[in-house]
Amino acid sequence: MEGLMRWLKMVGRNKALLLMVLPGAVWFLLFCYLPMPGAIIAFKDYKFSTDGFLASIIESDWIGLKNFEYLFKTEDSWIIVRNTLLYNAVFIVLGTTLSVIVAIIISQIANKKMAKIYQTGMFLPHFLSWVIVSYFVFSFLSVDKGVLNQFLTFIGVDPVFWYSEKEYWPYILVFVNLWKGVGYGSVIYLAAIVGIDKSYFEAAMIDGASKWQQIRKITIPMITPIIVIMFILAVGGIFRADFGLFYQVPRDTGALYPVTNVIDTFVYRGLKVTGNIGMSTAAGLYQAVVGFVLVIVTNFIVRKINKEQALF
Amino acid sequence: MDNGVVVEQHTGKPNMKRKKMRDIHHLTPFWNMMSHLAIGLFSLACVYPFLFVVIISFTDEKALARDGYSFFPKQWSLDAYTYIFKTSDQLLRSYGVTLFITVVGTLLSLAIVSLYAYAISRSYFHFRGFFSFIAFFTMLFGGGLVPSYIVVSQVLHLKDTIWALILPMCVSAFSILIMRTFFKTMVPDAIIESGKIDGAGEFRVFFYLVLPISLPGLATIGLFSALGYWNDWFNALLYIDDAKLLPLQSLLIKIETNIQFILQNSAVSGGTERSAIARSLPAETTRMAMVVLATVPIIFAYPFFQRYFVQGLTIGAVKE
Repeated sequence: MEGLMRWLKMVGRNKALLLMVLPGAVWFLLFCYLPMPGAIIAFKDYKFSTDGFLASIIESDWIGLKNFEYLFKTEDSWIIVRNTLLYNAVFIVLGTTLSVIVAIIISQIANKKMAKIYQTGMFLPHFLSWVIVSYFVFSFLSVDKGVLNQFLTFIGVDPVFWYSEKEYWPYILVFVNLWKGVGYGSVIYLAAIVGIDKSYFEAAMIDGASKWQQIRKITIPMITPIIVIMFILAVGGIFRADFGLFYQVPRDTGALYPVTNVIDTFVYRGLKVTGNIGMSTAAGLYQAVVGFVLVIVTNFIVRKINKEQALF
Repeated sequence: MDNGVVVEQHTGKPNMKRKKMRDIHHLTPFWNMMSHLAIGLFSLACVYPFLFVVIISFTDEKALARDGYSFFPKQWSLDAYTYIFKTSDQLLRSYGVTLFITVVGTLLSLAIVSLYAYAISRSYFHFRGFFSFIAFFTMLFGGGLVPSYIVVSQVLHLKDTIWALILPMCVSAFSILIMRTFFKTMVPDAIIESGKIDGAGEFRVFFYLVLPISLPGLATIGLFSALGYWNDWFNALLYIDDAKLLPLQSLLIKIETNIQFILQNSAVSGGTERSAIARSLPAETTRMAMVVLATVPIIFAYPFFQRYFVQGLTIGAVKE
């Protein structure tokens, strides 16, 4: 009773600040926390009831892990997990490497005006939606009008039906992803390079170290901690795919699903196309739980390396 | 962005012969050229596809049908744009929808996020821990797409309303994180205290003392939010069937899928019927013109706002 009184007193004293968090808190409740218990659909044979959301959930029968069993029996479950993990692994390794290289080169360019112009150009793709990017890609890959097929015809090679031949798509998707992300990704490393104490470089110059030696012996070691942190944090998100890349860029083409279907597109199609709500929810929950564990584990590792950089 | 690497002025004679005497402050001319070449080419490759689409949109439709997409079209034409502005009510409508959700969504987002972030940035807020937790936990775990979809469509009944395009993305824990860091570092408790001593309430302090000095932070999260709304198609894909509410990006998707549908069924359906539908669809140059119109505002705006995006990215990377 006394505790409650104290609590109410606290509420009273923090009235204004509580009012400030109220709209946000309501939003989190409606759009984030209300759906969470909804994930129990994964353990039910979901049937839509006209009496609303709660009735639909309550009236649907419990079926235990059946949805998960179906999910893992399908060939898709293996393909989507493989695609998600492999693509993300390649994106992380190549993306980090290229971003660091670009950051180092930009930091070496003496003409600051040009460096800024280059950077502005490199930023552009980040600001465009995947829909726009898919149109860009189409201007290259269109079977009858695309630039690539014009070139192939020009050198006397048969044109390729890009949107129906799946063996090219792993390369295309990796290329497009790097094109969109490397410029923006380099920002954080460039900021780290700029933050290095200048006296290191000055001392090295006095000792006669070349630029190349400075990069190898000062720049790279100094930014290694941030590279490691960014790398580990990216690994924490390896179970989540970029829906737009895998859905828009291949134009949702069925023939390409074996190499473009990832967990996120699978969940979406289960919901909106095939209507397999139970299995789709199960796949989403599976992704959320594994993703959660990965973030916790990677954050734990980051904490061990450098407490400052950990998310929590 | 000023990347501030100190490069001292070249003071030595430029044509010193012995390698040892080379000015070590600069790259050798060869490597300097290679750096410019590599970064310049990459930068060009990032801009090139947009320029290409612009050129296609100004290409004559017949020349396009004959030669395919070309960077140097044989015939230029403004037809695509005149066609759009004369006939395409849908495009103008979609422009209106996108503009509306961008403006309203961004303002709403700024209001909710800045209030929330300010409250949890104050060390004297008794419930700070709890509200920080419920915000940041959402970055780690979510119910997934299907339950969210069901809540938005069946509990909140937002399907086929403009709010389905605004509300689901109006708060982000990431923006709250950025703003909280900003308030923590830029607005010391002392300022607040001085305001309170003068008798101002929490809201008064927030609006008259805190907001005016927080404009750079607000610009950063406001731009993130505006960009998100302008580029959004996912919410429309989930919740919007009504053509009146289609934002620009979704209109582009619709056009694309309709054309594919016709191409895929071209063998099945009757010839005349098919060509009638085909005629009602925008021509290739028109579609590219629509892509250009959807992109142009971003292209012209982002170089001016670039530093705020960089700022957000670097603040977001630093805890506290």
